[in-house]
Amino acid sequence: MVSSTSKHKYITCDPEKCIGCQLCEYVCSYTKTGEYNSYRSRIRTIRVDEILITAVACRTCEHAPCVTVCTRDALEQDEVTGIIHINDHLCDGCAWCIEACDFGAISINPITKLAEMCDQCEEEEQGPQCVLWCPKDALELTTPDQRAQRARRKLITEEALH
Amino acid sequence: MYGYHGKILHVDLTERRSWSESKPESWYKMYIGGVSMATRLLWENIKPGCDALSPDNPICVANGIFSGTPVPVGGKYGLASKSPLTGWLGDSLSGSWFSVTLKRTGWDGIVIHGASDQWVNVFVDDDRVQFRSADKYLGLGTFQTEEAIREDLLDDQVRSATIGPGGENGVLFANVTNDGRQAGRTGHGAVWGSKKLKALSVRGTQGVVVADPETLMRMSFQIIEAAQGPHTSKYRLLGTATNVLNMNTLGLLPTRNYQEGVFEGAELVSGEYLEDHFKVKKIACAQCPIACEQISAAKQGLYAGAMTGIEYECLYANGPNCGISDMNAIIKMIDICDRGGMDAMSGGVTVSWTMESFERGVFTKEDFRCSKYPEGFEPNFGDGEAGVTLLEMIRDREGIGALLSQGTRRASAQVDKDRGTESYKWAMHIKGLENPGYDARGLKTFALGLAVGTRGGCHNRTAAYDPDIKGDVDRFSIDDTRGELAKDTEEYAAVYDSLPLCKFIRRCFSGRADREGAWPAIRDLINATTGWTFTYDDVSLIGERAHTIKKAFNIREGWKRADDRLNHRWHHEPMTEGPSAGHVVTEEELEYLKDLYYRAKGWTSEGLIPKDKLLELGMADVADEIGV
Repeated sequence: MVSSTSKHKYITCDPEKCIGCQLCEYVCSYTKTGEYNSYRSRIRTIRVDEILITAVACRTCEHAPCVTVCTRDALEQDEVTGIIHINDHLCDGCAWCIEACDFGAISINPITKLAEMCDQCEEEEQGPQCVLWCPKDALELTTPDQRAQRARRKLITEEALH
Repeated sequence: MYGYHGKILHVDLTERRSWSESKPESWYKMYIGGVSMATRLLWENIKPGCDALSPDNPICVANGIFSGTPVPVGGKYGLASKSPLTGWLGDSLSGSWFSVTLKRTGWDGIVIHGASDQWVNVFVDDDRVQFRSADKYLGLGTFQTEEAIREDLLDDQVRSATIGPGGENGVLFANVTNDGRQAGRTGHGAVWGSKKLKALSVRGTQGVVVADPETLMRMSFQIIEAAQGPHTSKYRLLGTATNVLNMNTLGLLPTRNYQEGVFEGAELVSGEYLEDHFKVKKIACAQCPIACEQISAAKQGLYAGAMTGIEYECLYANGPNCGISDMNAIIKMIDICDRGGMDAMSGGVTVSWTMESFERGVFTKEDFRCSKYPEGFEPNFGDGEAGVTLLEMIRDREGIGALLSQGTRRASAQVDKDRGTESYKWAMHIKGLENPGYDARGLKTFALGLAVGTRGGCHNRTAAYDPDIKGDVDRFSIDDTRGELAKDTEEYAAVYDSLPLCKFIRRCFSGRADREGAWPAIRDLINATTGWTFTYDDVSLIGERAHTIKKAFNIREGWKRADDRLNHRWHHEPMTEGPSAGHVVTEEELEYLKDLYYRAKGWTSEGLIPKDKLLELGMADVADEIGV
């Protein structure tokens, strides 16, 4: 299993709570483009085996592979926030960053053919719009501390059951 | 045009070609979307009087006005063909990813003509149409087919509406299924099967733009918040299965093929019991903040591994109505229907008719010979394995399953003709469509709503049970208010079915579900999406026009006043137990109620639509064909 090494905040989804409504995708694409389009969303929902549902966005990895593999230095990670910015002038849509991402968190804009990813709505006053809209509070912008708490909680559930 | 694309895709399976039809904005203002627009497309494209299983019966898909936007529960589409089960209008709704993805293809609707000679998967990829061979998907269940197509096309964003083995085999109550949701009831799966259409797949990359996004976002956010509160708690917590105990308390829970309205095993098939012992996950349709779908799994015994969404209607039909209280068997029965692509309501009621017929000596053990039980079996009420096996036989049209696959009306007529029996007396259908899970002997406004319904025995197209159950009227007697009530409740439902919006959101606009509570918000959502200037009255007109085009379709297919009737049992046999015991709907009562209803609609005493009425609704071309 892959897991993020991020020491920064990123958007997590609790699969127990996620109902697969896709509202995060609509809100994300609207915030970023003014239209509703899952293909333009920087957070993506996925449903497999009928009952497994979650949403995935950039996990702000430490030494992010997407940044490292970019041959044109189009990706740059903010040292303070961990948010990865893509420079549209440098990106040529080669998709190496997509190949490098273990989480499928980067996508190609179907119109510009350039890479796009979650920036945690850093320019929005109320923060990530998907988190704000999620009807089941499945989405959160979590810190490493919060993720550690979740991990411990999950561990105790598993260990108590076995 | 905002909210719409202004064009309909036509696909001809015989010629393997496709073309685009432009529609003016005025057409969209009349027919909006969903069931209304799908029925209008059917009106325009069918050869009147055709055999429902012939190439002349088109498949008409119409998307929703709010589909692909954040408007809660607006991700729904309508589907219309002539029904092979009823012979009248077959109109259905389904929700979720198929609908929102269709929106992004750039088409407002799809009309599929003709018939293919090879099994085909039509793939609408934005503005391109591909005819893919569907041979490799034959025999696959509905969920499996969707997944297999996604894997072949290497894209999770491909969504498909499919038929299962039931539709392939021509079961007359076969469904069309997408994303685990069904466009159910009237046998669309059999129509698709007759055209050798295994699946309709869509992939859309175009963004959806609305006229006033700020208003739309603000309103949607408020409604989503309201939808996490008490107005939807019934649907969120236990789902519609919560109705089991409510209906049992009212003496309206169909039991043993509607012989009674109280079930001794109700606790064991209740929403509460389901939640505690079988629930796996609550799932939403795309664009829905409620998540009412209660995915449940059989955990032990013969049927372990069966898993599907359990709704009240499937539950009553396969549970109490078959006398079955073993939830594992009930989940298996519904699973067979959902994966096999069959209507679980019609399936359950057909099984219950079979069980009663067996117990009354119409059938014998030998009639039920099959590969699983070569000597036959005895399908008594309460026998879960018999229910499971009967549904498998229906799906595969094996042995007596071929007869039963035609639904209760045809099966009883055939048996009575062959054996000189009177099994039509317990064939529980209206216009050939098996009845819903509310016994109308104890709900007389609802009895009228069902009898005059264009779709037959369906609780979704009329909300006339509402005044009965709420106690606004005396549910056991009739009076001269019922015609207006039946009109108002069916047109109320038609507004939701034509936007479409799921009716489960109806209290979230203002806390009140009635027109005064809901229409202002719906009006504002329509205007924010399209830039139109709809008024409160225009919202009401959506429902009246929708219902009128549905009725017009049936009239053109030969409908007469005598076709608005109930089944024999509800007219003649009272229940003997519970709070609704002792009541029937007499034929005299029903004829009186029909008079009231036709008058309320502004129709003739024969139930036909005057030309002036149609002109008043702006439907001049319909007036030319069927107006009197």
